[in-house]
Amino acid sequence: MPAAAALSPTDAPREPVYQLSHVGKTYARNAVTALDDVNLTLRKGSFSSVIGSSGCGKSTLLKIMSGMISPTKGRVMLQDKPVMGPRRDIGMMFQQATLFPWRTTLENIVLPIEIRDGKKAAKAAEAQARALMELVGLKGFEDTYANELSGGMAQRASICRMLITEPAVLLLDEPFSALDELSRDFMNMELQRICTSRDATAFLVTHSIPEAVILSDVVYVMKPRPGRVAEVVEIDLPRPRTLDMMTTPKFGALVEHIRSSLDKEAFV
Amino acid sequence: MTLENITDTASEHEGDTVWSEGGGWLDLVPRWVQMLFVFVVFVALWDAVTRFGFVSPIILPSPLETLLDLIFVGKNIFTGGYMLGALWITLQEVFYGFLLALFIGVGLGVIVGETAFGERAIMPYLVAIDTMPKVAFAPLFVAWLGFDIDSKVALAAFIATFPIVVGTAAGLHAADTNSRYLFKTMGASRLQTLLKLKLPMALPQMFTGLKIASVGVMAGAITGEFLGGGKGLGELIRTAASQLNTPRVFSLILYLSIVGLMLFAFVSWVQRRFVFWHKERVHAGGE
Repeated sequence: MPAAAALSPTDAPREPVYQLSHVGKTYARNAVTALDDVNLTLRKGSFSSVIGSSGCGKSTLLKIMSGMISPTKGRVMLQDKPVMGPRRDIGMMFQQATLFPWRTTLENIVLPIEIRDGKKAAKAAEAQARALMELVGLKGFEDTYANELSGGMAQRASICRMLITEPAVLLLDEPFSALDELSRDFMNMELQRICTSRDATAFLVTHSIPEAVILSDVVYVMKPRPGRVAEVVEIDLPRPRTLDMMTTPKFGALVEHIRSSLDKEAFV
Repeated sequence: MTLENITDTASEHEGDTVWSEGGGWLDLVPRWVQMLFVFVVFVALWDAVTRFGFVSPIILPSPLETLLDLIFVGKNIFTGGYMLGALWITLQEVFYGFLLALFIGVGLGVIVGETAFGERAIMPYLVAIDTMPKVAFAPLFVAWLGFDIDSKVALAAFIATFPIVVGTAAGLHAADTNSRYLFKTMGASRLQTLLKLKLPMALPQMFTGLKIASVGVMAGAITGEFLGGGKGLGELIRTAASQLNTPRVFSLILYLSIVGLMLFAFVSWVQRRFVFWHKERVHAGGE
């Protein structure tokens, strides 16, 4: 992996990986505008989050970005190619680990390769999978069946499964919200470490303001009716982030700012 | 099951300060002793009823008579007598009937569970046929397929197919939204999603259907023989009953039930091997 790990905010902005311009989605059936004029740019190696109450279009946005549904307006460009469907350079992770219990951890991790390139390629990818398992701290659990892993370990395995195709962008749909708070904080720091070491471009959907702030370079605040990006908040806390930063006044101010921004319209 | 669960959790807290749950002496008696107790009481009552002439021996033979006949039938079977031939024929009917039901059942189940057309247009007919008394089709199968084992295989398969269809079709819906979503993002084809996600997820329910089918297939084969003749054990039972040889009827039923039990145990064994990841207490044969 490139050693661009210690990226400081003063560096020149890096090249965009994922760009959405004027993206909108209207559901024809009930004429509901789920998304209206969303613009966002994910730069190489950056971590962005989107936060908002339910109904603000977060999941529609994520579905468009993962190529599951098409927008009714605008351009969705990943690595300069329009997203027309599921792609191997898009990695996804969900709230549930969704590992398959009839497969070992290793077999679960190489599943995306098996689906896309067949059994032989999956076998060949095992060495890479073992390296990823070591990176996330799952070494020794290669042959453990998935239902014997704890919640945190299962999510580590699903991180490996997401990374095995070497995606250009990681889409994270509340990945640790099913974990208890202690594991969640810990896994967030692990996620940062993994993303940094892989120079990954990540996009996180979350309900938790502190989680968004501690992980992100940019936080997109979304609001409902119609779903839109209401504010873009740059998080200029130094990297690497630590859990201790969550007690600093600056962190508190950022959280407070986003909270009040969300509150303004939340109960209208 | 519940009793075992209670003792499981109790043993986890060994050394804790817990109040002893009163009346637990039965927990100390091994299960086989308890089962033996029920058996002995049953046989004793049976013996009493026949010994004191409450029931005519033609209607209900004594336990001893039945035991002697059991030994006689057993000897006949194990020395390769005519009853072994009958057993072999019934076994074939059960085997082919089960195999046929397995293929048709899984095939129809996949069509009904996987395609919208199957669910909308085929399933209603299957439900309608399933509600019919399937045994009533026996004379038809005899008319179509003759008095040989074919008609019995057909009836056995006919009865055993439906639980497999239902188990497969319902099981195919067991895959959760997240898993389906994940498969889509991986660019999986419909066939890949079926083979690598939906069918494995369906296995627990498919095996539930298979177990019900394994019981039904026996009933189908024997009913087929009752109504369509042939040379199987069912025919021997019918003959024995018409000669008022009730001990023989009883012992043949017992040997049949051993066959049925073996088939059920076999299905359960296969299930434990293939669905090792599904934590289900299999209700077969103890342990």
